[in-house]
Amino acid sequence: MSMLSVIMEAANNLAPIAKMGAGIGAGIAAIGAGIGIGRIGGSAMEAIARQPEAMGDIRTNMIIAAALIEGVALFAIVICVLAIVL
Amino acid sequence: MKHFNHHIFRALFFFILMFCTSALFANEKEKENKGGEEKFNAGEMIIDHITDAHEWHIMTVGETAVTIPLPIILYDNGRIVTFLSSHFPKEYKLETEGTNKGKIVKVSENGDVDKNAGVPLDFSITKNTLSLFFSLIILCVIFISIARLYTRNPNSAPKGFQNMIEFVILFIRDEVIKPAIGKKYERYMPYLMTLFFFIFFGNLLGLVPFFPGGANLTGNIAITMVLALFTFTITTFSGNKSYWLHMINTPGAPWWLKIPIPLMPLVELIGVITKPFVLMIRLFANISAGHIVVLGFMALIFIFGQINTGLGYGTSIFSVAFSVFIGFLELLVAFLQAFVFTLLSSLYFGMAIEEHEHHEKNNIEQAH
Repeated sequence: MSMLSVIMEAANNLAPIAKMGAGIGAGIAAIGAGIGIGRIGGSAMEAIARQPEAMGDIRTNMIIAAALIEGVALFAIVICVLAIVL
Repeated sequence: MKHFNHHIFRALFFFILMFCTSALFANEKEKENKGGEEKFNAGEMIIDHITDAHEWHIMTVGETAVTIPLPIILYDNGRIVTFLSSHFPKEYKLETEGTNKGKIVKVSENGDVDKNAGVPLDFSITKNTLSLFFSLIILCVIFISIARLYTRNPNSAPKGFQNMIEFVILFIRDEVIKPAIGKKYERYMPYLMTLFFFIFFGNLLGLVPFFPGGANLTGNIAITMVLALFTFTITTFSGNKSYWLHMINTPGAPWWLKIPIPLMPLVELIGVITKPFVLMIRLFANISAGHIVVLGFMALIFIFGQINTGLGYGTSIFSVAFSVFIGFLELLVAFLQAFVFTLLSSLYFGMAIEEHEHHEKNNIEQAH
């Protein structure tokens, strides 16, 4: 019974739900960025361990890939911020 | 010896705690005398520091706010109206709520907002515009003096500051521009170099906390939109025939993605719009997020300081330490975002002017 009233309350006023959704979305974006950049870092470490002479090239490419993934995660964060303020 | 230090720390902790409680009472009395201070609103402070404003607020000494009033230039139905932001004439006011929040609107004689007249076009020199001019001055001074050094002594080794700038210029040219664009890289080099150094210095200026720096220049989505628009325009206008043909008839994609419903051309077209859009969002979000994190740590000090002054002082140690750490990360991000923007722009230019060799079947047959 109280569940029903909570749902009806939510249907009337969606602003707090929007904020909760934005928070969850930002958390999922952070998880995605963490997984992606973690994998890049891991394979970069393995590659450096296999061939230490290529360390400079590997480091440069790792940083470029990390910046691109971070761009996608920040894209999701911007959408979450829009969900809060609009 | 360790036991002794442990006692010293405990004594110090309780000593500070004693001071805290007395300071708390002193604070209460001050509040009653002043008639209630305003509560510290962290969200408002952060938003004020991130967004653009019509005056440059430097500091607040006691009750007076030290600000630099900036000129407001409006285009109102054919008339150009200018005034300083500290002296608003009675026909205009800064709207603080509703749909026109933050914009300057016309006010009729009795003080109400004039809803029938349109909102005048705002061409004022705002905080971000002034920061843009500072960035411009710094860029011009550095690069014109270095160019003059090169023309005056063309064959001598560079020294001093010229050395550092030459290193960065050669790094960008040899690692980013030449591999991405190929033979005709010199046509695009002026734009790409300007792009890199403008974004880099803009990011760095945003990190400096006192006067000429501190405006959130590259974290303003209008500025990043203009930069992305330039990249988009140059890519579109330098696309050669094979670039557009590949968009309509992508080589290597199966025929059923192109013929009944042209899915592949649609995807390519969306890609043409999305790539500069993502460039814009990436730079804006990275720089703004960095500023918000630093401001959040600073706001934490004041939030805790409102509860208890000693707690505020204690938090300030950790907050300042974290802010310094984030500041170093922001230095890396400043360089990295400029680098990634330039790298992606040069990749797009390279893809636009790429000459594809046509793979002929004869070659394969001859190999047998």
